[in-house]
Amino acid sequence: MELTGAQILWQSLKDEGVDTVFGYPGGAVIDFYDALVNYDIRHILVRHEQGAVHAADGYARASGKVGVCVATSGPGATNTVTGIATAYMDSIPMVVITGQVPTSLIGNDAFQEVDIVGITRPCTKHNYLVKDITKLERIIKEAFYIARSGRPGPVLVDIPKDVTNSRTLYKGIKDIQMESYNPTYYPNTKQVAKVVGLIKQAKKPIIFAGGGVVLSKGSEALTHLARRANIPVTASLMGLGAFPGTDEKLWLGMLGMHGTYRANMAISDCDLMLAIGVRFDDRVTGKTDEFANQATIVHVDIDPTSIHKNVTVDVPVVGDCRLTLEALNQLLDAEDPEEIGPERREWLGQIQKWKDTNPLKYDQQNCETIKPQYVVEKLFEITKGDAIISTEVGQNQMWAAQYYHFSKPNQWLTSGGLGTMGYGFPAAIGAQMAFPDKLVVDVAGDGSIQMNIQEMATAVQNKLPVKIVILNNQYLGMVRQWQELFYKKNYSQTDMTHAPDFVKLAEAYGAAGFRATRPDEVEAVLKKGIETPGPVIMEFMVSREECVYPMVPAGAPITNMLLV
Amino acid sequence: MNGDKSILSILVDNEPGVLSRITGLFSGRGYNIESLSVAETMEPGISRITMITRGDKPIVEQIKKQLNKLINVIKVLDFTEQRHVLRELALIKVHARSENRAEVLRIVDIFRCKIVDSGPEHYTLEVAADEDKLSALLNMLQPMGIKEIARTGSIALVREMH
Ligand SMILES: Cc1ncc(C[n+]2csc(CCOP(=O)(O)OP(=O)(O)O)c2C)c(N)n1
Repeated sequence: MELTGAQILWQSLKDEGVDTVFGYPGGAVIDFYDALVNYDIRHILVRHEQGAVHAADGYARASGKVGVCVATSGPGATNTVTGIATAYMDSIPMVVITGQVPTSLIGNDAFQEVDIVGITRPCTKHNYLVKDITKLERIIKEAFYIARSGRPGPVLVDIPKDVTNSRTLYKGIKDIQMESYNPTYYPNTKQVAKVVGLIKQAKKPIIFAGGGVVLSKGSEALTHLARRANIPVTASLMGLGAFPGTDEKLWLGMLGMHGTYRANMAISDCDLMLAIGVRFDDRVTGKTDEFANQATIVHVDIDPTSIHKNVTVDVPVVGDCRLTLEALNQLLDAEDPEEIGPERREWLGQIQKWKDTNPLKYDQQNCETIKPQYVVEKLFEITKGDAIISTEVGQNQMWAAQYYHFSKPNQWLTSGGLGTMGYGFPAAIGAQMAFPDKLVVDVAGDGSIQMNIQEMATAVQNKLPVKIVILNNQYLGMVRQWQELFYKKNYSQTDMTHAPDFVKLAEAYGAAGFRATRPDEVEAVLKKGIETPGPVIMEFMVSREECVYPMVPAGAPITNMLLV
Repeated sequence: MNGDKSILSILVDNEPGVLSRITGLFSGRGYNIESLSVAETMEPGISRITMITRGDKPIVEQIKKQLNKLINVIKVLDFTEQRHVLRELALIKVHARSENRAEVLRIVDIFRCKIVDSGPEHYTLEVAADEDKLSALLNMLQPMGIKEIARTGSIALVREMH
């Protein structure tokens, strides 16, 4: 069948099972949009290309499928970069299609020409410039294969206009094999057996779960392992939801800079750490020399470059997290339960003591203004922990991580690696596209929400009932917190009092807006906001100078915690 | 740069942009490239990059893993600990007036170089050698006055065991 390049693109996407694409048109992709009408694929017209990429990212995180977005050449393409880098840092499977000037003009500084392949080389898993239409089909196939396999990541395909509108035979390629790309999925069996031996011997083991567990769909296996072997679990920001956050006995809460006291203490005291699908980010380890220096460290990761990168590991296991966990479970299930860690009681008791002495806390009762933590805690209660939560970046993100307890994977969408303000709202739009019937809430700061607020129009146009909870402290709160603690309260350029009236803003876009200024209004506003159909902004005027605690100063050992 | 020298031989797809992926990886992660040379292998579509890099052991391990992770990299071989032959090609233009022409020719003979261009005032020598031999040669030629040098990076292959 002879098709144009534009038709090949859509046909390839259909063959990959893609049903939703986020994008923004322009001269270089106008042929794509022209051809789109004949394909049964939903296209969400965003208001900024950064929004398209984050939406594709949110779609991918919530659904576990590959997110797809389209942008035109030049400025359209450069607008995607922050979103691509965000997805790259968090290993999110994504295919980004950009238009390019005709091949005959490439390199001539043509109108709306930019070397997007060059620009995105360091922040994509791989990228392509399609110079020949006969390669287009295969390249798109490869792009999806690379994006979703191994350690997932974004792949960009840049397609010149003449490739888009010339014709060639569409073959319907089924399978892709690439000589130079063969991720290792199955762990080495000897290493797995060794890990089981260590689990049996350990007196003070701990599991440290990361985004890799979520990405590999390994959380069930992880939960089984932890419960079977009675091992407490902590997680990185990206690992939240990999283990039930409501498990009173084994769940320690998040680890690291804003981790819980018991998680950070337990890591520093443990004799065995099973680090699964983590990359030992500096926000987690603090000072690496003193990170878990009592422990034998087992590190499971599908990406060999993660191992030994930041932390020296005793037992490296290269493999898919889920498959590795299942292999461990298989051996452990054959053991006598009595023999797996008979001495864990003391360890769990010690952990309980840490929890009792320094739980996460805030005091709403004796405060006349709204505590941001209280808003998140109420949101958790009202939604019964069942919503998909995206966040912006800053204090709002940390409070959401601390006070919304995630019990399922793919329920927590946050820019962990890059820390991208403006991520949460478009990501929520993407998640809502994937799950039209679920409640999707973006927990936002007043600063961050202004970075992609234009996507209100996208939400309204597509009738996406995304809810935005703005914790308005009238500051770039997290930066202000650092200024308070480490820069003698020199609040240079962090005051955000000059902001739009968010309630009116919502209304201007055709959405609904509600505001709470007193603690006794919080519950009612949350309930009303959630019940109101369509997109809603709920603005909470919170205590301006509230800080996120606990906190470990950057670069300090993680036991060096500033507590409330 | 600290650490030992490593000799990496990297087989890659011969495609535009592959070299910049590799050099970009090095600049982006703060690794060091001491020398680099690239050409196609016998197999069409596959090129061999010979790279000399420096770093302590964990860094070099990380470099190898990061290289392997690039989609266009087919294989990363480390020749450092293996018996290998290593050569670099140099063209050296040296001053050669009547009083020292004989001396230059003697050096050419000792080092088994070739004269590839000559004029009343100069000779241009071609030499393929490892780094030690090259620097010895340059030392010998120094007194004559070296006008210009062009050097390729090193290339290497593992020695076959007999
Ligand atoms: C795009 C981008 N620019 C700057 C930053 C640096 N930054 C991190 S947190 C923060 C403050 C965020 O303020 P706000 O959105 O109001 O959230 P709050 O911390 O008050 O909850 C800033 C500016 C960032 N993470 N991302």
